[in-house]
Amino acid sequence: MTGNEAIARGAFEAGVKVAAAYPGTPSTEILETIAREYKDIYAEWSPNEKVALEVVIGASLAGARTMASMKHVGVNVAADPLMTLSYVGVNGGLVLVSCDDPELYSSQNEQDNRHYARFAKIPMFEPSDSQEAKEFLKLGFEVSETFDTPVMVRGVTRISHSKGIVELQEPVVSPIPIEVRKQTAKYTMLPSFARVKHGVVEERFVKLKEFAEKFPGNRIEINDPAIGIISAGISYEYAKEVFPNYSYLKLGMVWPLPRNLIAEFFKKVKKVIVIEELDPFLEENIRAMGFKPKGGKNLFSMCGEFNPLIVEKGILGKKFKSPQPVFKEPLPPRPPNLCPGCPHRGVFHALKKLKLVAAGDIGCYTLAAYPPLSSLDTCICMGASIGQAHGMAKALGAAGKGKFVGVIGDSTFLHGGIAPLMNMAYNKSYATIILLDNRTTGMTGSQEHPGTGYTIRGEKTHKIDFIRLAEVLGVENIRTVNPWNLEETEKVIKEEVEKDSPSLIVTQGPCVLLRREFKKYNKPLMVDSTKCIGCKTCVNLGCPAISYQKVEGEMALTKDGKKRKGISYIDSSLCPGCHLCYQVCKFGAIQSQEEKPVFGFETM
Amino acid sequence: MNNNTTNVLVVGVGGQGVILASDIMSEVFMQAGYDVKKSEIHGMAMRGGIVSSHFRFGKKVHSPLIKEGEADILFAFEQLEGLRWLNFLQPKAKIIMNDHKVNPPVVNLGEMEYPQGIPEIIGSKFKDFYLVKGTEIALQIGDARAANVVLLGAMSRFFDIKEELWLNTILNYLPPKVHELNRKAFFTGQGEIHQA
Repeated sequence: MTGNEAIARGAFEAGVKVAAAYPGTPSTEILETIAREYKDIYAEWSPNEKVALEVVIGASLAGARTMASMKHVGVNVAADPLMTLSYVGVNGGLVLVSCDDPELYSSQNEQDNRHYARFAKIPMFEPSDSQEAKEFLKLGFEVSETFDTPVMVRGVTRISHSKGIVELQEPVVSPIPIEVRKQTAKYTMLPSFARVKHGVVEERFVKLKEFAEKFPGNRIEINDPAIGIISAGISYEYAKEVFPNYSYLKLGMVWPLPRNLIAEFFKKVKKVIVIEELDPFLEENIRAMGFKPKGGKNLFSMCGEFNPLIVEKGILGKKFKSPQPVFKEPLPPRPPNLCPGCPHRGVFHALKKLKLVAAGDIGCYTLAAYPPLSSLDTCICMGASIGQAHGMAKALGAAGKGKFVGVIGDSTFLHGGIAPLMNMAYNKSYATIILLDNRTTGMTGSQEHPGTGYTIRGEKTHKIDFIRLAEVLGVENIRTVNPWNLEETEKVIKEEVEKDSPSLIVTQGPCVLLRREFKKYNKPLMVDSTKCIGCKTCVNLGCPAISYQKVEGEMALTKDGKKRKGISYIDSSLCPGCHLCYQVCKFGAIQSQEEKPVFGFETM
Repeated sequence: MNNNTTNVLVVGVGGQGVILASDIMSEVFMQAGYDVKKSEIHGMAMRGGIVSSHFRFGKKVHSPLIKEGEADILFAFEQLEGLRWLNFLQPKAKIIMNDHKVNPPVVNLGEMEYPQGIPEIIGSKFKDFYLVKGTEIALQIGDARAANVVLLGAMSRFFDIKEELWLNTILNYLPPKVHELNRKAFFTGQGEIHQA
């Protein structure tokens, strides 16, 4: 099982009733697994992480064991309820799973969410493989109920997406009754109640420290006493792999820390080294207790993820022998790319042509920042594009008119874009927002959201009408475009950015991978090699199906005798036939195989 | 690193079935009684990017990641990706590579050349090298997507594990309508390796 599958299994074995999440790499598969494998658990994609956490707070109030899972930056969104949830505590056990992303494989930062446990004064467990992920999740519910606290389980990408062997157990039934409860003083954080609760949180923290001393997941392994490693999570596995003979203090619980156990370890070994990815969280807290580890962030980077080689290098220092590379030539890189036929491509081609700056957002379309499209210019957090576009409008005044847009995907818009769009209308902006409605959450692998008309388990449900929503919010100008029709897309954008009142342009092209939205795909396009002059206009759409090949000799002339250095080539196995390249070619070299050329696809 | 552990690095391009192949391998070795771990990155890598999956089996495996310079087997689904990961290998590593090229964007744009003569470069540095026409064979059989199964067939020749276990595990991951095709892909792939 992957770590994510093991977490889902842990939820099932612990008797979880309600699970909520918003998709986000590397956490997404937790809820997908629950929805697919464990039908007795109610599972939902909430529109964002704050809502997901609030849903599980309600479920816990009613007595159910309940779990929310999210990526590290998702916890920022859920931080508001989290901080006060610490005060109110739980009825049914409540676990919040945070999946951090050291190395930023698919994230906008690599924040270390262990700080949230300290910040909120709640316990945090950190598994180092799939088996522990399942065990710690189950334990989390017991700790949650015993200490009347939310519990965090923190993983990293290498836990979420690594597979290991997991032993299965039967699910338990929680002894806590599920019923309507009226517990005003416990759940209503008016100042008078919350003041009392803060005292309770501090008392609880003392008890949790005692628990940490006895918790068997915090364990000392004495081998060679010369060097003792303090580590947790995946870093422990790397260290254990490279230095199996050292002594270890393996922490399964990273907050609060077991002071007495740490003291015992310092007595038993000569030299202590703390190994942890990202921030010196363990190290600083251990130093604050008065202990003096010899090594920590003086040996290891605060940036990026570790691996066995980095751990070996950090410990051995000058004695480390780097493996000799057998091949040193620079190789062509292979960054991720918008898919062939992607509905976003036409919009970004138009933005580039119109030389507009685009306040961007989080999704596949963020990839349009890379060449050759190079037409997305900001990415901060979910929903930020709209606020930024509005802020730019207010700062620039008339001088900014017609110079920029905001660009946001459908799932991202529903996550964090509604309030800023309302703000734009309310505060009389002239900004134009392009809502790239591809009818799915694309980047994380196609998950449902309130705009798709389906739930996580594929049941039909209410589908948000973006046009009506924008009307109600007060957006004055609302347009729709077919994003595979370049002329129309360019024209509409050009008209809207010149207006004095707020505009929303909704693109109507589903994600090309979302088969259910397409009546059919088109026949692949072909390059007429006698006509192509090698101008690279089509190549600069950045479509993976189109390549440029150099030509020499006889091939270096078109049929009409024009000189050329190369020609374009379309890989028919990759081309779904969106016809964007057909539209940009001024020489009629790209040929449609349809009866008559089309702009995009027949969709449902 | 632990000498009882075998390190297999599976590499290719998003969409080639690299992750499925390493899933199948970890299932096979788990069924055969080994401790297994494997790790890869999904997410953005799905969109035509580099995919690398670390797969390790042995008595007790700690790290899911292979240490650079210690991969025992490189299983490459694409030539450039095979070349890119050579530095992860130990000097006597075995290499099984699909004879197939997928242009990265900079090559499509005409800004960089796809490296020439990759099999020759690899062959000059590693003796235990097998080039398999996985994609070509899969196309002949009827579906390019079966290339990963052709390659798994080739790979299976190097381990003392029952053919049935390989085949059953592979077919378990695939819908029944493509079983016959993939059975053929597996056996054809096996037939491509003569030296083992």
